[in-house]
Amino acid sequence: MADNVTVKTAEAPYLDTEWARPGVLDAIASRLFYIALFLFGLMAVVGIAAGVHAKYIGSLEAYGVSREVPWGILISTYVFFVVTSTGLCLVSSIGHVFGVQAFEPIAKRSVFLAVATIVSGFLVIFFEIENPFRMAIYNVISPNLTSNIWWMGTLYGAYMMFMAVEFGLLVMHKFRIATMVGFLGVVAGIAAHSNLGAVFGMLDGREFWYGPFMPIYFIASAMMSGAAAIILFTWLAYKVNGAKMDEPMKNALAVTTKVGVLLIIVILFFTTWKFIIGFAGSEAKIMALKSLLTGPYAFNFWVLEIAIGMVAPLILFIKSRGQNIGNMALASAMMIFGIFFMRYDLVVVGQIVPVYYELGVSDYPGLLRYSPSVHEILVVLGGIGLTGTIFLLGEWFFGGHEHEAHGEEG
Amino acid sequence: MPLSPRIPESPEPADESMVSEMQRRDFLKLGLAITGVFAGGTLLSAVSVVDQVFASKQDFAEKYPYKPHYSMVIQQDNCIDCERCLEACRQTNEVPEYGYRTRILEQVKPEAIGRKVEFIPVLCNHCNNPACVRACPTKATYKDPQNGIVMVDKDKCIGCKTCMSACPCNDRYYNEETKSVDKCNFCYDTRLSKGETLTACAAACPAKVRIFGDLSDPGSQVYQRVHDLEAAVWVLRPETGTKPNVFYTKA
Repeated sequence: MADNVTVKTAEAPYLDTEWARPGVLDAIASRLFYIALFLFGLMAVVGIAAGVHAKYIGSLEAYGVSREVPWGILISTYVFFVVTSTGLCLVSSIGHVFGVQAFEPIAKRSVFLAVATIVSGFLVIFFEIENPFRMAIYNVISPNLTSNIWWMGTLYGAYMMFMAVEFGLLVMHKFRIATMVGFLGVVAGIAAHSNLGAVFGMLDGREFWYGPFMPIYFIASAMMSGAAAIILFTWLAYKVNGAKMDEPMKNALAVTTKVGVLLIIVILFFTTWKFIIGFAGSEAKIMALKSLLTGPYAFNFWVLEIAIGMVAPLILFIKSRGQNIGNMALASAMMIFGIFFMRYDLVVVGQIVPVYYELGVSDYPGLLRYSPSVHEILVVLGGIGLTGTIFLLGEWFFGGHEHEAHGEEG
Repeated sequence: MPLSPRIPESPEPADESMVSEMQRRDFLKLGLAITGVFAGGTLLSAVSVVDQVFASKQDFAEKYPYKPHYSMVIQQDNCIDCERCLEACRQTNEVPEYGYRTRILEQVKPEAIGRKVEFIPVLCNHCNNPACVRACPTKATYKDPQNGIVMVDKDKCIGCKTCMSACPCNDRYYNEETKSVDKCNFCYDTRLSKGETLTACAAACPAKVRIFGDLSDPGSQVYQRVHDLEAAVWVLRPETGTKPNVFYTKA
């Protein structure tokens, strides 16, 4: 293990190859760590309580969704989490699956966070779906193979399993098998995530979504989210640990920043063409696009999605040259914040044009409304809290996810 | 059953027979296309819609895929919005306050000559190519293999609401009482399976708006209305390609 690239230093004695070592706590333990863990834990508990309460009183009363807009912030938050998870998996796989060494230092934490975010996504969708327990039964005994929801659910189940197993293997230093399982995770992740895009893209009654754009867009935006999540969480982890970043890790974040720059440009390009092509479309589709450009979703679109989510981070990334880690982390945090609203707009704007709009009936004169209820917002915060809690516990139990060169069987 | 009872087996020797069926159709389309624009662009065709609503007129117009092939023809201009159909539906099918299986839309045309308001009853179209059935992960909603009714198996519904998003006509809602998505099933469980021949809404209508019957039976009223070349017959949201079995026409 002599040439292992570890971050074991005198200042950070907790970064040991042994995991779950109780002594790790002493080094991590700062008051801030406990406060953060408590707050995230509290958010998760309150969110779960709100979700359980919503199940008890019924979604009609608890949630803001309606017959006309059946999918709200819980669906978009689920999409947000699984986009992030898939992105963490895909971007980090460049190193731990496809062998590009520069990316290897981020592998373990990324795989761990991919599991954390998919679990958070499942938590949110559990409270969104009306009868989740029936799903467990009838997805197995009555599968509909033409349904994207079926494929998405099944493949994400497999994906979560592969990622969890891969993480276990990485912890046990079984790198060769980990690479194979990681590859299966990548395949399942891409298949699942493009199916999630197709859940929307195959609804030809909903013109804002309909078409082959969505599965492709979903994969590209996953990688954008993944790059942001890796940079932000790695930065946060080193803050939490109080450790010094070594050169390989700095280099890994620099190349991840390049991925981020590329994918932001790709998504800006996709977004531009979605609008240009959309304006050659039907009245209903143009109405949806206008709601983003100049209508009730213009603030979300221009400020949150474009400015905070993409343009400002792009500038910060480029100016940082992959060196100014503070700015890169800030850019990543802005991206994740903006992307959350990108998902929200994607889901909600797809439904706000009434299906009967072009019939010209007075029952549906204009855009439909949806606003999240308190229960919905609490469940969303619960999902965020769960990710935060798992992240912090992960840093604690797995000693800062110390990285090691692959190819060494432990 | 041939598609067009009106294509003569042996052409009449008269001059009109020189006008081909296609030309005749084109002429009719041309003449009524203006009406289509006026009706909000919803007019599918001025001629019989059978060949456009179904994938292949050879396959479908001669042989409908279901027997009976339940269908409804709505004589839109007869509707006076008395809402007896809605009430009958609610009572027959135990539809809760917050939901509906059928409703009546109102189309106001201030620029119209004469009557300026028209009412459009809507219900599940029991499409031949239903977007909801494709999207359902657990086959909780399915096309009945005998009669083509789009059914919901309450016990299998996971409540993901994808069918509600998929339906191009918003004909589904989530029923908290039955813990399942609910929709029109042409009163199959409450009436048709018990020997009734009409749905509750069709039976309750005082204005002969809702004509219900078997589209595969040439003797039925629905067959005759849908196959009437002279009448304007259309469906809602034809662009989504779902091939509805609820047709609209004017009395």
